[in-house]
Amino acid sequence: MMTILYAILGVTLAPFAGILIAGTDRILTAKFQSRTGPPLLQPLYDIAKLWAKEPMVGHRFQPLCVYIYLAAAMVSVALFFAQSDLLLIFFVQAVGAVFLVMGAFLVPSPFSQAGANRELIQILTYEPLIIIVLAGIHLYTGSFKISAVYAMDKPLLMNLPLLFIVFGYALTIKLRKSPFDISASHHAHQELVRGVFTEYSGRMLALIEIAHLYETVLILGLCSLFWTTSIMGMVVLLALTYIAEIIVDNISARMSFRWMLKSVWASGLVLSAINLIWLYSGGRI
Amino acid sequence: MVKDLLKNSAVKKIIEKSQVKSPWLVHYDCGSCNGCDIETLACLTPLYDVERFGVINIGNPKHADVLIVTGSVNSRNKKVLKQIYDQMPAPKIVIAVGSCGLTGGIFRDAYNVVGGVDKIIPVDVYVPGCPARPEAIIDGVVEGLNKLKEIQQAAALAS
Repeated sequence: MMTILYAILGVTLAPFAGILIAGTDRILTAKFQSRTGPPLLQPLYDIAKLWAKEPMVGHRFQPLCVYIYLAAAMVSVALFFAQSDLLLIFFVQAVGAVFLVMGAFLVPSPFSQAGANRELIQILTYEPLIIIVLAGIHLYTGSFKISAVYAMDKPLLMNLPLLFIVFGYALTIKLRKSPFDISASHHAHQELVRGVFTEYSGRMLALIEIAHLYETVLILGLCSLFWTTSIMGMVVLLALTYIAEIIVDNISARMSFRWMLKSVWASGLVLSAINLIWLYSGGRI
Repeated sequence: MVKDLLKNSAVKKIIEKSQVKSPWLVHYDCGSCNGCDIETLACLTPLYDVERFGVINIGNPKHADVLIVTGSVNSRNKKVLKQIYDQMPAPKIVIAVGSCGLTGGIFRDAYNVVGGVDKIIPVDVYVPGCPARPEAIIDGVVEGLNKLKEIQQAAALAS
């Protein structure tokens, strides 16, 4: 009963948390560039404005794809707050991510097509890494359940520090921050006219933005699993991680997908292997 | 019933406020000397920081609310201009920037020049200057948002 309550609470509050996070992100980015930046609630204004725009749909199955993308994001957040199975959460969000790409493939626009191809490669890059991180959590706690993570008396970060860095890579790709914003940049005039989002407009785009808020909350939630012993530690870890994301976003240029595949897989796999061998050899599991 | 509720509710107020606070730009340069083009891009630099007003250079007509057009329209690109305008979902506003965008400017007598932007698409705000200063262009966008408010009020009266 309590888990259902938590899930409902999580799904209702997540978009608001997401708006605040995105707003802070934009203000901090502006400060780094010695600008004032938009108001804190700017993401809310953007979504509300998009919601009221005239509907323009490129293909009749596109709305369906957007609905499934949003639903998958919401369900995975609900599952997270219900302290469900990590693998289940992972596969539900993967379904959503694929439907976003399918919607972009439905229309003949070259920007949309190229963006969708690149998005697929991004998914291909981060999914194995997340699976390895989840496998590491399973090795250490003995279960894929989030409740098992909460049952540990020491934070996961102490024993899985390198896996946390690997998760950071996945986080950067998933949030589409530089150097990995190759499928759809936040600054559309720079790359592919917004790539995978090009052909979504108005209310469809508003729903995608909301789904993205859910995804941000989900990923930060998964990050928080690395420090579950105290709320203070969790907040500090999340804040530091996100600020590091923003700094990386601001200081790095956009790279090609080949560079992303090579560097992320190479360093990600090596780091995870070192961490897992260290876990075994130290007799920690 | 539900529609009536929505019409006068807080949701509608939030949406109306948001439409004014989040103008996304698409910028099209029809030609001429590119001076106004450069000044328009200058508005988007950290010096002027138009993101304070929620302005983003989105570069995609399907996401944009404001179309900024610089330069004189010629027979080659009038179709392109029309197409960009048609791809933008309503509500939308058009801002013509610079002498050439307003009337064709110094190029108006050239054999291939059609004239100002308003010969092809309806223009809401005219920003004069050769080239128009960034301050004037930002002022033009703010003026355009006032126009958007008027459109909202007219729609509210009509319904």
